[in-house]
Amino acid sequence: MSTRVGAEGSFAVADAVRLADVDVVPAYPITPQTHVVERISEMIADGDLDAKFIYVESEHSAMSACLGAAAVGARTFTSTAGQGLELMHEVLYLVSSMRLPVVMAVADRALSGPLNVWGDHSDAMATRDCGWIQYFAENAQEVHDLTLCAFRIAEDPAVLFPVMVHMDGFHVSHVVEPYFRFEPEEITAFLPPINFPLPLDPNRPVTMGAFAPPAVYSECRKAQEVALRSTKDRIAAVWQEFGDRYGRLYKPIETYRTEDADTILVAIGSFNQMAAVAVDSLRAAGQKVGLVRLRLWRPFPLQEFRQAVRPAKNLLVFERALSYGGTVGPVCSEVKAALYRQKHAPAVMNFIGGLGGRDMSPKQFEAMFQRGQEILNNNLDIEYETIGIRE
Amino acid sequence: MAKKDFEMTWKDIPLGAIITEPGNASEYKTGDWRSQRPVLDRAKCVKCGLCFSLCPEPCIVKDDEGYYVADLYYCKGCGICAYECPKEAITIVQEEH
Amino acid sequence: MKATTLQKMKEAGEIFMPGHRACIGCGEVLAMRQVCKALGKDIIIVNATGCMEIISSPFPTTNWMVPWVHALFENNAAVASGIEAGLEMMKRKGRGPAQEVTVVAMGGDGATFDIGIQALSGALERGHNFIYVCFDNEGYMNTGIQRTSATPYGATTTTSPHGKNSIGQTTEKKDMPLIALAHHIPYVATMSPSYPTDLARKVKKAKEIKGPAFLHVFSVCPTGWGSNPELAIELGRLAVETGLFPLGECVYGKYDLTRQVKELRPIRDYFKHQRRFRHLPDDIIDQIQERVRDRYEEVKRKCGIGGRRAGDPPAP
Repeated sequence: MSTRVGAEGSFAVADAVRLADVDVVPAYPITPQTHVVERISEMIADGDLDAKFIYVESEHSAMSACLGAAAVGARTFTSTAGQGLELMHEVLYLVSSMRLPVVMAVADRALSGPLNVWGDHSDAMATRDCGWIQYFAENAQEVHDLTLCAFRIAEDPAVLFPVMVHMDGFHVSHVVEPYFRFEPEEITAFLPPINFPLPLDPNRPVTMGAFAPPAVYSECRKAQEVALRSTKDRIAAVWQEFGDRYGRLYKPIETYRTEDADTILVAIGSFNQMAAVAVDSLRAAGQKVGLVRLRLWRPFPLQEFRQAVRPAKNLLVFERALSYGGTVGPVCSEVKAALYRQKHAPAVMNFIGGLGGRDMSPKQFEAMFQRGQEILNNNLDIEYETIGIRE
Repeated sequence: MAKKDFEMTWKDIPLGAIITEPGNASEYKTGDWRSQRPVLDRAKCVKCGLCFSLCPEPCIVKDDEGYYVADLYYCKGCGICAYECPKEAITIVQEEH
Repeated sequence: MKATTLQKMKEAGEIFMPGHRACIGCGEVLAMRQVCKALGKDIIIVNATGCMEIISSPFPTTNWMVPWVHALFENNAAVASGIEAGLEMMKRKGRGPAQEVTVVAMGGDGATFDIGIQALSGALERGHNFIYVCFDNEGYMNTGIQRTSATPYGATTTTSPHGKNSIGQTTEKKDMPLIALAHHIPYVATMSPSYPTDLARKVKKAKEIKGPAFLHVFSVCPTGWGSNPELAIELGRLAVETGLFPLGECVYGKYDLTRQVKELRPIRDYFKHQRRFRHLPDDIIDQIQERVRDRYEEVKRKCGIGGRRAGDPPAP
């Protein structure tokens, strides 16, 4: 029977790590992830979690040690944010190409410069193409649930890819919220022991990380890409099972009041909660507006997304990262790419804000709605606008 | 016969490009590299095995009589065995065409 | 005959099979072969990017008979840390290999002295039970003979070429064994495949001792050094006999010179076989010679076997 507790998103992550009986945690501290790793260290020190904490000397080494631990078949977890995610960048590509089931929670944070430790999605967007399964949690309950699911998904024999669980830096990592914390016996049936099929073991020697010349590199990469795409149904199935067992259903795309919506807001992360409040206010004022929460980011849930936005005439994509010099922001690029070949695709407008810890209130989402309508209904020649940035 | 790299399709790629057959690179005939090869004078050889310890491939093996002979499938003709042999029992000869 | 060779190699305990793509007369692959043979088959190797990794793992083939992973250039020590911790935790929870497994990180001088020094330092400081083996051929050889901080003073490389305004490498070789010792680890040793029994003994000792061990292996590179392939062993011997590469070990803080050279040979005997030193004028070689002698005396002092300081009265 789950216990209702009040704690930060960071502690919700740490609880999930404890419940998953993780073996190895190589980690390096960086704001705003620090509470995750501090809590895990406490749990180990108090005997609540039997795991080895490796005090690596950088995030590059953190992900490298994760690679090593996962390669021998140990259940492995780490957490990072912002600059740390950037520092381990090259290792991310390796872990996914080697199909190692590492789980990482990222407290999404702005990238320097200037230095800013607060939340946005620039770090997440920079790792968009690294080959990991990636999805977003919007609050403490979600990150608790989704971190647990991450182990199950990553280690599934039909998946075997590393999973990145994103939570907004500070907005989720540091906000104290009520959530239902699992008891260990509740999840034993859901999360079986890890069993990586080809570990490094002197009794069955394998070679990992061979080099591939031009004659065969492309085939290796296509094999990886096909495999990643094919995991989408499995991810949805695991979430469905989670929902059936525990009553909280997560889906690749979640919709809010979109059935008869003329305009749909699209966003990822905790600011969806503000957007939902704005949707309610706008609805009360007679506007036919809804919200699409993009939860599964990689592999991108193409069919589900197209289905979810079908009713709308206008889409307003809000995101928290700039793609410097790009036509639109990264999330909007994905949205437009998903819709380009559709015969009756909605018109799309992009708003970028919430950078470096800047908040977006429901009132600002309402203003965004008005401005978005103005731009799209008058067919103004604007690809994207920043929102909440002083002119 | 296992597929060579340029023959593999993307469906042939194993999980994570992990190689599960230890030592399968030994198909590769490095003996084609050499322009000179070692020749053993069994009369001088005292079977000390030093050449075996010092071959970088390694490709020197003990034959049925205990003499250490280079396997020409692999021998690259570096000449270390001849240079180091304490009995000068190994001579390096040029490969003919 | 090939099949018989492979069978005999396996029976002899070789864990690295022929058919690899190392250069003709490569001293490094010989060193690696000797180290692996002394380690045995109950090991997991983490190999940094470099010559040894490239020549032994062209997908879809491998020369390795033991579990082996290549990750990146600068993180072999970090990956090894994860492997060591993973094995420990799995054993504690009743999973994984039943036998004792030795974790071995291997890397060249580029991976160890330069790009991977941070990860190495971290792994040594944390005290992981593993062996780090540095195969030092004194340059980034796999990428085309560029200089590293292990390249000796005066050597010409493609990024420190000698020319009108340069004698080649103008900095001294970093003292990695001492850097490793600064982490208070139980075992550090220098070794060379020109002295196979000394090498094997030290590798076995590193395997026995609990905690981190750092092994510095002198690796002759005929391609990079411009030397005759047949001289790989001879050059290793000369490096020791001229005092350029002292063979020693430090066990729980106690220094020992495992091969004492009574009368150092002149470094010219070593330099003359290598194109990378051929451009050096006599006065530079004389300067290098003096420094080599001074440093050897320093090593002897550390090992408690005398050793003269500059200004000491001449030996009787």
